[in-house]
Amino acid sequence: MIPAAFDYQRASTLDEAVGLLSANGEDAKLLAGGHSLLPLMRLRLATPALLIDIGRIRELSYVRDEGDRVAIGALTRHRDLEISEALRAHVPILAHVAAQVGDPQVRHRGTIGGSISHGDPASDLPAACLALGATFRAVGPKGERTIAAGDFFRGFLETALAADEVLTEISVPKMDGAGWSFQKFNRRAQDWAIVGVAAVTGANPGVALVNMGMTPLRATAVEEALASGASGAEAASHAADGLDPPSDLNASADYRRHLARVLVRRALEEAAA
Amino acid sequence: MKVSVRVNGVGHEHEVEPRTLLVHYLRDVVGLTGTNIGCDTSSCGACTVLIGGESVKSCTVLAVQADGADITTIEGLADGDRLHPVQEAFREHHALQCGYCTPGMVMAAVSLLAENPDPTEAEVREGLEGNLCRCTGYHNIVKAILAAARVPAESAAS
Repeated sequence: MIPAAFDYQRASTLDEAVGLLSANGEDAKLLAGGHSLLPLMRLRLATPALLIDIGRIRELSYVRDEGDRVAIGALTRHRDLEISEALRAHVPILAHVAAQVGDPQVRHRGTIGGSISHGDPASDLPAACLALGATFRAVGPKGERTIAAGDFFRGFLETALAADEVLTEISVPKMDGAGWSFQKFNRRAQDWAIVGVAAVTGANPGVALVNMGMTPLRATAVEEALASGASGAEAASHAADGLDPPSDLNASADYRRHLARVLVRRALEEAAA
Repeated sequence: MKVSVRVNGVGHEHEVEPRTLLVHYLRDVVGLTGTNIGCDTSSCGACTVLIGGESVKSCTVLAVQADGADITTIEGLADGDRLHPVQEAFREHHALQCGYCTPGMVMAAVSLLAENPDPTEAEVREGLEGNLCRCTGYHNIVKAILAAARVPAESAAS
């Protein structure tokens, strides 16, 4: 399957990318690793008129220790997250989750910024960022702004990014030895999670869910129960409260609700161990 | 759009449409048909090649994205008549049945061993999660890759 025809421009700096985006608006899409966008284009579910290739902007590929946080350039590949010493030492859940994305070939191309800005509820990294309380930096023609992960995912494949903004950095607080767990339930190794759970305990706890709604989302009911002193098992029983997960070939909505309760319990047990 | 790449050590330069996928460029333009197209949906790994020594699914990379890259396909592994240690191990351990997934499996294995030269069996199985064998011949594929990992570096290099 071959994508519909499009124009292709390569941006070699962030400024150039922002300039091309604001000149071309909604008809343009950014291309980084291409592992979310190109599959959609081959199925002709996406038919952008222009691809702006930002994959070579070296200044956006880094993992930096910044005191109490770790900053990650949006073009950092999953493979680079997986083997990053700074992440393994200070934000181990992120290195672990990056290693669960797709398969090695996908991880050699796909980037964290691509995964976040695609905003797929079935993706692993957005949930990890929600559980960690990450912040995202976006740059547009009017300058830059910071968006909390919790405010970023707005609807199905829809984010807070404007059409002329580029996601440039993901910043995550160091975990300081906090407990954590990532539970990914699927039937085949390389598949998306049917349901997934990212949980972080400690001073800044967070629990987030994969594939339990239209966006990557926080398990608010679980977080509230934990904050009011509930046990992990008790909090986990609220994992699907107020949620409207999808039904598809892999699982019915009811089965997803069941999985969410079971996986949140397992995640909280593992994080506490 | 002009694309200039090195494939198996040989330079190539062509004018391509931006939507040309790397796998089609390699097969139809460069003429190297060892790389197979399997599922065409980024799943099966039959089209795996190396870019800068790392495995990628060439059905999910645009040729223009690979501009300037150093690409290795299955045709680039052997040294004349002398098979690459992974190829040799696949032959020795009968790690193929119909053979369709084999080029991708071999390329994924070469990349896996470059990152992890002494993998456990579990690591080999996980490292192959991006490659499907519809004959389900995984057992001998894993055996072959473990055997290739044990080939001493000197004999593999010479």
